[in-house]
Amino acid sequence: MQDINWTALVIFVLLFAFITWLGFAAARWRRGDLDLLHEWGLGGRRFGTFITWFLLGGDLYTAYTFIAVPALAYGAGAVAFFAVPYTIVIFPILFLVFPRLWHVCHKHGYITAADFVRGRFGNRWLALAVTITGIIATMPYIALQLVGIQVVIAGLGIYGSGLAGDLPLIIAFIILAAFTYSSGLRAPASIAIVKDLLIYVTAFTAIVVIPMQLGGFEKIFAMVPPAKQLLATPGPNTTGAYGAYATLALGSALALFLYPHSITAILSANGGHAIRRNAAMLPLYSLMLGFLALFGFFAIAAGVGNDPQYAEGFKEFGNNFAVPALFLRSFPSWFVGIAFAAVGIGALVPAAIMSIAAANLYTRNIHREFINRNPTDRQEAQMAKWVSLIVKLGALVFTLFVPTKYAIYLQLLGGIWIIQTLPAVMLGAYTRWFNGWALLAGWAVGMTAGTAMAIASNLTPTYSLVIGGFDFPGYSALYTVILNLVVAAVVTPVFNASSAQRSLPDETGAADYYA
Amino acid sequence: MDTRPTSRRDGWSWWYLLFVVQFVAVLWPPFYNRIEPTLGGMPFFYWYQLLWVIIGAVLTVIVYFATEAQTRGR
Repeated sequence: MQDINWTALVIFVLLFAFITWLGFAAARWRRGDLDLLHEWGLGGRRFGTFITWFLLGGDLYTAYTFIAVPALAYGAGAVAFFAVPYTIVIFPILFLVFPRLWHVCHKHGYITAADFVRGRFGNRWLALAVTITGIIATMPYIALQLVGIQVVIAGLGIYGSGLAGDLPLIIAFIILAAFTYSSGLRAPASIAIVKDLLIYVTAFTAIVVIPMQLGGFEKIFAMVPPAKQLLATPGPNTTGAYGAYATLALGSALALFLYPHSITAILSANGGHAIRRNAAMLPLYSLMLGFLALFGFFAIAAGVGNDPQYAEGFKEFGNNFAVPALFLRSFPSWFVGIAFAAVGIGALVPAAIMSIAAANLYTRNIHREFINRNPTDRQEAQMAKWVSLIVKLGALVFTLFVPTKYAIYLQLLGGIWIIQTLPAVMLGAYTRWFNGWALLAGWAVGMTAGTAMAIASNLTPTYSLVIGGFDFPGYSALYTVILNLVVAAVVTPVFNASSAQRSLPDETGAADYYA
Repeated sequence: MDTRPTSRRDGWSWWYLLFVVQFVAVLWPPFYNRIEPTLGGMPFFYWYQLLWVIIGAVLTVIVYFATEAQTRGR
């Protein structure tokens, strides 16, 4: 019944045991009072350049990324490579905008993007919009990390319906929940180091060994159907695949750092310098992401889709099983254990950070703002710990009982939603020109239009924007954030003129944005 | 009261224009959507973008050092 890969499983379990220990031990690292929210939720803002590198990398390059990007290459071909220009353009954005955000948040004790928006624009409803967007965008993302763990567990040969099959995931969840509760952000930060080492070893080994096994890149690409090797040249009157590719890259780049877990990782750094240095160093991860996309092609060339050994995996997870199948075929069992552990641990790190980020948001920007205005430090930290647990539990339940495709749709919508906070958060770091209510209006328009576009395009990322007979298919997130900005800009003078008080107070000063 | 001379004008530096290079190089697919010339068997489309990861990182390092001097120069 079960064809468990015991060698791989043993290595997998050993590595998991190690990081479990590490997650708990992390509480004592760079000691701080974990009953304070900024200690639990931001690691005390003490992470230097290297730790920030691991944390951001662990955050940005998630298990889902490792499974889904190759899966897209395997299924759709060249378009999956949008992940590379996407990661190329995120670094200037990180470099320019986020040190500013870091400084102002540090100066005023802001822990979340919503804290910042509240202080900058003086509008608690805008801040609430940012908060809710952040939370609903994060939750499907956590669920997808758990899906990533499910995929590698299946790769280890553990199938089964009902509780038996779900048990490994539940165990992983318990480990995750426990060390996050006890150590806060320090846990994923410390584990990220292990995870990244494992990922690098796996990726760099695979990029060298597998092409050798398959006879070189020329042979590999020869096996890929010609239509998938390049982007399809656009037909007349349309920007076609070119527009889709470029807008996917740019839109995803803009959205990435708006996610609460990215902001949490950024704010936990110990200074703007650490962030800028990382903008220069993180590209190493990008190179790896490019390799990952190529793994999808390796899987095609290796013919894993036709191999009956992997049929069950493909049946259950579709193209997401491409990379696990590829590794199973190409590596000895002990290395498979390492590779799968890399992916599995690579799910725990971002899941932890995401749940902490969502908890920070709820605690500061919903609970403290609207329910209990004067919590003690202890109460705040305690609340965040509980919320983080509940969020993860919700994701677990979702993963176990709802078909994966719904998590994927929600994640897609999440990207379209989170980008709507760009005007308030990213532009807010530069200028106070916009009116808070106008930003809220822009946000509402963006959210509605984005959701509508996604539904109109059958829950695929690109929407066919037709202007004067010319078709501009592109990423809905990018189109709607532009709409959002236009609305906010147009309506700002209207709100400024109509309110008795010209504009709400700005807690921050111009000098707060840089050292 | 902040009496330091703001020689660094509220965060802008001409060095930042180097970033525009990266954007243009990779966000215009017609530039690179082709197979030839291949490198080690890899079509141009792929190795061009991977190359830009490295070039982009180098550009970012340049901008970092160039602007750090400005930040520190007070």
